[in-house]
Amino acid sequence: MRKLPLNTPTPAHSARGLAGQSAHHDSAWKHVSGQARYIDDLPTPERLLHAAVGHSEQAHARILSMDLEAVRQYPGVVAVITAKDVPGHLDIGPVFPGDPVLADNLVEFIGQPIFAVAATSHDAARKAARLAKVEYEPLDAVVTVEQALDKQLFVRPSHTQQRGEPDQALSEAPNRLKGEQHVGGQEHFYLEGQACMVEPTEDHGMFVHTSSQHPSEVQKLVAEVLGLPIHEVQAEVRRMGGGFGGKETQAAPLACVAALLANATHQPVKFRLSRPDDMVQTGKRHDFYNTYDIGFDDDGLIQGADIMVAGRCGYSPDLSDAIVDRAMFHADNAYYLDQARVVGHRCKTHTVSNTAFRGFGGPQGMMIIEQAMDDIARHLGRDPLDIRKLNLYRPGRDITHYGQTVEQHVLTQLMETLETSADYRQRRAEITAFNRSSPVLKRGLALTPVKFGISFTAKHLNQAGALVHIYTDGSIVVNHGGTEMGQGLYIKVAQVVASAFQVDLAKVKASATRTDKVANTSPTAASSGSDLNGMAALDACEKILEALVAFAAKHWAVSPDEVSFSDNQVIIGGLAVPWETFIQTAYMNRIPLWSSGFYATPKIHYDPETGTGRPFLYYANGAACSEVVVDTLTGEYRVMRTDILHDVGRSLNPEIDIGQIEGGFVQGMGWLTTEELVYSDEGRLLTTGPATYKIPAVSDCPPDMRVDLLPESPNREATIFHSKAVGEPPLMLAIAVWSALRDAVASVTDYRFSPPLDAPATPERVLAAVTASQAWLNEQKETA
Amino acid sequence: MIEFLVNGRIEKVDQVDPNLSILEWLRTKMRLTGTKEGCASGDCGACTVITGTPDHQGNIRYEAINSCISLVGSLHGKELITVEAFQQETGHPVQRGMMEKHGAQCGFCTPGIVMSLIALHANKEATGQGDDQLLEALSGNLCRCTGYRPIMAAGRQALVQEWTPEADHPAAALSSGTGSPELSAIHRDSITLTAPDGPRYDSPVSLEELRELRRAFPDSRLVAGSTDLALEITQQLKTLDHLISVERVAELKAYAREGDELVLGAAATYQQFHKALCDLWPAFDAMLERLGSLQIRNRGTVGGNIANASPIGDMPPALIALDATLVLDGPDGERRLPVEDFFHGYKQTDLKAGEFIHSVRVPVPKTHEQLYIYKISKRLDDDISAVLGAFRLTVEDGVVANCRLAFGGMAATPARAPKAEAALTGQPWNDDSVTAAMTALAGDFTPMSDVRASATYRQQVAGNLLRRALLSSGANPGEPLMVTDYA
Repeated sequence: MRKLPLNTPTPAHSARGLAGQSAHHDSAWKHVSGQARYIDDLPTPERLLHAAVGHSEQAHARILSMDLEAVRQYPGVVAVITAKDVPGHLDIGPVFPGDPVLADNLVEFIGQPIFAVAATSHDAARKAARLAKVEYEPLDAVVTVEQALDKQLFVRPSHTQQRGEPDQALSEAPNRLKGEQHVGGQEHFYLEGQACMVEPTEDHGMFVHTSSQHPSEVQKLVAEVLGLPIHEVQAEVRRMGGGFGGKETQAAPLACVAALLANATHQPVKFRLSRPDDMVQTGKRHDFYNTYDIGFDDDGLIQGADIMVAGRCGYSPDLSDAIVDRAMFHADNAYYLDQARVVGHRCKTHTVSNTAFRGFGGPQGMMIIEQAMDDIARHLGRDPLDIRKLNLYRPGRDITHYGQTVEQHVLTQLMETLETSADYRQRRAEITAFNRSSPVLKRGLALTPVKFGISFTAKHLNQAGALVHIYTDGSIVVNHGGTEMGQGLYIKVAQVVASAFQVDLAKVKASATRTDKVANTSPTAASSGSDLNGMAALDACEKILEALVAFAAKHWAVSPDEVSFSDNQVIIGGLAVPWETFIQTAYMNRIPLWSSGFYATPKIHYDPETGTGRPFLYYANGAACSEVVVDTLTGEYRVMRTDILHDVGRSLNPEIDIGQIEGGFVQGMGWLTTEELVYSDEGRLLTTGPATYKIPAVSDCPPDMRVDLLPESPNREATIFHSKAVGEPPLMLAIAVWSALRDAVASVTDYRFSPPLDAPATPERVLAAVTASQAWLNEQKETA
Repeated sequence: MIEFLVNGRIEKVDQVDPNLSILEWLRTKMRLTGTKEGCASGDCGACTVITGTPDHQGNIRYEAINSCISLVGSLHGKELITVEAFQQETGHPVQRGMMEKHGAQCGFCTPGIVMSLIALHANKEATGQGDDQLLEALSGNLCRCTGYRPIMAAGRQALVQEWTPEADHPAAALSSGTGSPELSAIHRDSITLTAPDGPRYDSPVSLEELRELRRAFPDSRLVAGSTDLALEITQQLKTLDHLISVERVAELKAYAREGDELVLGAAATYQQFHKALCDLWPAFDAMLERLGSLQIRNRGTVGGNIANASPIGDMPPALIALDATLVLDGPDGERRLPVEDFFHGYKQTDLKAGEFIHSVRVPVPKTHEQLYIYKISKRLDDDISAVLGAFRLTVEDGVVANCRLAFGGMAATPARAPKAEAALTGQPWNDDSVTAAMTALAGDFTPMSDVRASATYRQQVAGNLLRRALLSSGANPGEPLMVTDYA
């Protein structure tokens, strides 16, 4: 530029909003004033068309014929395409093949897209898509995990992790218990449904506005279906209205369909799913069938375990290999299993292909060992908390069944602190007394831990890039590969940048994630957003700083170690130069004021052949104590109080971390209580909207909720400012609610019988557990 | 043509498809995109806006409603306030609270939550401003990110702060309570809205006009709050050719005591008649609080709930238990019948061509009468019942002199349980009699299994609700018997 902007230095003061402070979400005002733009709010380009797909009405069938004439003739319809109109790759499976963008000949679930329509309005496209006449030849359909296990139908090979001799340990153990459970799936129910808008470019490429956690994959798959080099396609994500894993792979098919229609019509195309279409057509959390066989001594110390986890993957692999792996990695939760075998099955069913969801299989794996903890306690007549504490990893019993050593032992102290702050023992006594005198209402209490491994188990995804620009007025923009879905990633990374330069956070802006700014990015997933992108941004800042320090030392003739950055100033020897003045001076002296940055997570490896390695850089930890009250006449319940203590290392932003913890807990509570996905025997999803699928509402939130961050607990690993990931781990804190419900029901038998309680523990399932407990009591009376 | 105010500015709308929801109209015709679509079925609240409805005394009632299932024709003569009215830098106390308490994460549900809280803030003098009011105001707003605690905190902070907008603020009328002057200039006559290609919406203001329209167009559909009917448009993608709205007919909006009956006009909303009904029969209070959300109760009507004839509507079993009388009106004049006789089969009623529901007459309590209403659903708030039990008993000297036991969710229509009633009538009101009635109840119904509950659960719970009624009748004051009254 010819002329520098007016130099208006910020007065020197301690920089505001640095890492560790509770800065507001970067879009807070835009959120509360309705000015934050989501895909469907973007100004519409001229000649915009709207997309819809027609989907399969059969769970498993061959398509004999497809008559699309009525679709084509519907007023407003501009184009109709099928698999035959795809110029490039038909298969858009993210890791393994198996996901045709439009089904070709064979359909494998009710809701699978078989053709796509572009029309002049959203309404016209949706109405037209219903007019196809499709003839099917039905094939045998497999709907449930049990059916798939019976038929040994899997989307990927089964996998075993084994340490020692579990069979021998089990046969020699003084006590042995077996159990099983069904753990339901979960609809993401991001409030913003899946959406994208695709605009053809002058080079016959595409520009994609997408609500995706993985813009690089959207870019790559759109290029592949169109048969284009990747550089002809660019994708941008400003924000999502919630993701939770549901927009990791599931956003790409929409972008591909919209791009195919844009390619066919040479017009921009918007594709957003109505809520029922979203629920029917996109994948969810895997439901699991799990079993355990556990041996333990008379104190309840585990000596051997044989655990099986089997997830319903749906019709294709999607991410299921890694999801069932993560269920296996977390089948120990926080406990040393000693001699152990964990087997994981990836069951193929003719239902929608299940996908990533906050926790990524980890929660489903943890559920089986937490059920076992309660069962062992009931068997021995002990408090479940004592059994849990006894079996925690600790020095000497610190190697997981997959060979990773737990190096930072946080949980024993964390659980004891929570036990005290939540008055666990006193409340336990009060509740037991209450239950003996209350015939209908029963209270329950549980305190459960979470230990969650942090890193993508697919090693190559543990990398990130960032781009930091300082402009000549001293303002800074940071761009990185992470996406903002509400979790506060943009503000955390901006805080990292502000901290690097010791300037006010107001000087730093995070810009929309774009594939032409940072290339080949990983999905924002696995809780890794701030770990990876924060480090990449810091790397970029450090490169700039290195150049700035060298420049300052030379320009002002001081040694480099006399140059430092603080309070919106650059301190050069005895001189304090305002940030803005310094930046302009550097620019005039032709110093680069921008840099890219990169980060690759160190130390991690895993060998699937041996089932051993160090898949995680570290573990995040937490514990929750929940109290419930249950009506034994109806199975209705309420969560009355929850205390949480969670380990986020040295927090980048305490309030945002607490928001993740509370939100994760409530989302997990929904998964384990009222959120029930119901399929018909034919494989049709029957719960297709919020009228039938019940996520927690405001009054489900515990009226007494106390959340604390574990103080003085920096991450031992060299993560960004020694913080810990927080996105997924808190979801599993909600297991305390499920365990407390079992505890309340167990009071019916004076805690002698461990009642079966599949998840989600709807009032109906809770009443069934009460009924089973009463039946057990009657049996005892009869045999006595 | 229809006329109304949007954020203080007059809008005149003609030649628009009356199947259009307010949300669609805002987003596609006005390009006001702050109001979001989360479900298009009135269950998530992302689309919440505020409407101001003037009554005949010149007062204006500001209410949060779901714009996704409210039809654009219903706006005539009203004031519509959207989040775009609140984009001035200073912000409303609700917005400041939401920012300061970190009440938004992804932000998509946030405009709806802000509008629900602003509606509560505007009405706080009348409703009170405790946690109960906050929970009620937010009952129809789903947030998937925060877990609600910071939203509650934001609400608590905002409700103790005053909001004094400048006179030219787009939502200034909200703080005055009298409505914008422009509103009073809009005519109060009947209107007709038609689309170029046919669909039509009539909104008559007199009973005579309504009768005339029904006579002329017997195939037309009646609409009041459209909380259920609009789902045919947004979920089933139907185009409804002719709608006749009853919501501006004064006689149908009225609710008043007449002798030993409370007469509820068919178009009276739940929120309007709530107090009058609960003053008479307090048992309705807990049920009505859980019937839909506040947004739904601001629009849904008693006539709609009856005419809809759903087996899981919440009012009909209670009205059947009370032996309420339905007043039907039509070309051949007025006729009356017990609510119980109105339902013929699944979604089939006694309503004849050209007829409409005028009102429902609820008897006042007599001596020794007890009423229990229990709603069972998967989620406590804003959920459709799996089972609803409504029991009216007359217990004299410890003996059940007579009883009416009605259930929703147990059959194709809301229905009484004659075998259980027979087992209980004339018997002492005690555990043995209730056990016998529970056994008899098993012969009254063969419920179905669906997404809400299994047949087994419905059967078991229906019986247990009788036991709960017995326990309630003998309970000490303040003794919690249900999880909803456990503090």
